[in-house]
Amino acid sequence: MLKNRIIPCLDVKNGRIVKGINFVGLKDAGDPVEQAKIYSDGGADEICFLDITASNENRDTIYDVVKQTSKKCFVPLTVGGGVRSVEDISKLLNCGADKVSINTAAVENSKVVIDSSKKFGSQCIVVAIDAKKNGDKWEVFTHGGRNNSGIDTLEYAKQMEENGAGELLVTSMDRDGTQVGYDIDLMSKISSKVNIPIIASGGVGNLDHLVDGIKLGNASAVLAASIFHYGKHSIKEAKEYLDSKGIPVRI
Amino acid sequence: MNVTIVDYNSGNISSVINSFKEVAKNKVNIEVTSDLKKIKSSDKVVLPGQGSFKSCVDALNKINGLTDSLNEFAINNKKPLLGICVGLQMFADIGYEETETKGLGWISGKVSKIDNQGGKFKLPHIGWNQINIVKDSKIFQNIENNSHMYFVHSYEFVPNEKNVISATTDYSSNIVCSVEKENIFGTQFHPEKSDKTGLKIINNFISL
Repeated sequence: MLKNRIIPCLDVKNGRIVKGINFVGLKDAGDPVEQAKIYSDGGADEICFLDITASNENRDTIYDVVKQTSKKCFVPLTVGGGVRSVEDISKLLNCGADKVSINTAAVENSKVVIDSSKKFGSQCIVVAIDAKKNGDKWEVFTHGGRNNSGIDTLEYAKQMEENGAGELLVTSMDRDGTQVGYDIDLMSKISSKVNIPIIASGGVGNLDHLVDGIKLGNASAVLAASIFHYGKHSIKEAKEYLDSKGIPVRI
Repeated sequence: MNVTIVDYNSGNISSVINSFKEVAKNKVNIEVTSDLKKIKSSDKVVLPGQGSFKSCVDALNKINGLTDSLNEFAINNKKPLLGICVGLQMFADIGYEETETKGLGWISGKVSKIDNQGGKFKLPHIGWNQINIVKDSKIFQNIENNSHMYFVHSYEFVPNEKNVISATTDYSSNIVCSVEKENIFGTQFHPEKSDKTGLKIINNFISL
């Protein structure tokens, strides 16, 4: 039976984890490579890096992080943030990323998803959707949530599937950082609209939220940052909790 | 000993390289090449593959003499070869992804789309699934039945002779996820991304 996945996400800036915290046994709280290794040893099903480096001259730092991580972690590694072109995707894959997530570029230029999924296969193309509720629909935002494209999220999700995305990483901007749980309505609506797996993101504050994302939101995978990063819960605890709620997980 | 990972522009092979290097340490030499001489003189060959069946077959055929060299290695000289993902699928006679495409024809059978039962099962089949080991395979030494492996694919290999199947996985039906025919081995899952258990399989292959 296919297991639901738990994916810890690390925000990386200039090659360092943003808001690092000291775990027991962690020598350098800001080192994404070391943190990723701890997550994968702890049973993370995948690792996700989101590069939030603002300046172009420091962009190359993420390539080095990916290179180092892929030599130490033997679970899938997804990398996103600032991915603009097929060349960017190629470079990340060559450094050892297994999947690349595309956000703004997928909205601005549909060719990026079409061309890259043809070139590298759908299995490594994740389209990241930042969605914000407006009335009775959700609109797609770009540029790290700063710009409203006005595009309807459900239509967009379907379009991305047709363009060749292998998975959708759906973040509710209304919930992100609030710790009140995923936008279940959004997740379940997208999940029933498309036939590709969706990864729920944005708003996790406790382990029940992960359960809800899978059971009610029909997500194939759940992504979270702070509950793991701030040491509130380990990956192992999360998996055991999901297991106790009857959700199939890899233990 | 030399283990050669065939580099034929079949998509992203850096994870395959990293995992084999991790397992090999300094005991075994890992080559990554499309050089025909090196492939033929190698002790073992790994045939990775990502993207579509057609794109991988096309990429193989683009390198003059590569298919012949692989045939010589695996069929004539019967040296150990491991196909991963589409690398395994290409063992088939024929594949139906994008368009009908001829495979290597090493293990008779076809590669067709997983029946998702009218949308009941999401495709690609992405994530960790358990394998059901149905026959002793040299690469499954010390691998427990029902171990978790990482999968990502929408097409499945359907061999004609069932005795080549070494493991299946349950996703909408029993999907063939590992084969062994004499010196030819293949996994539909990605051992290079399947954590410690996956590395063990790689080690088993290297140690053959």
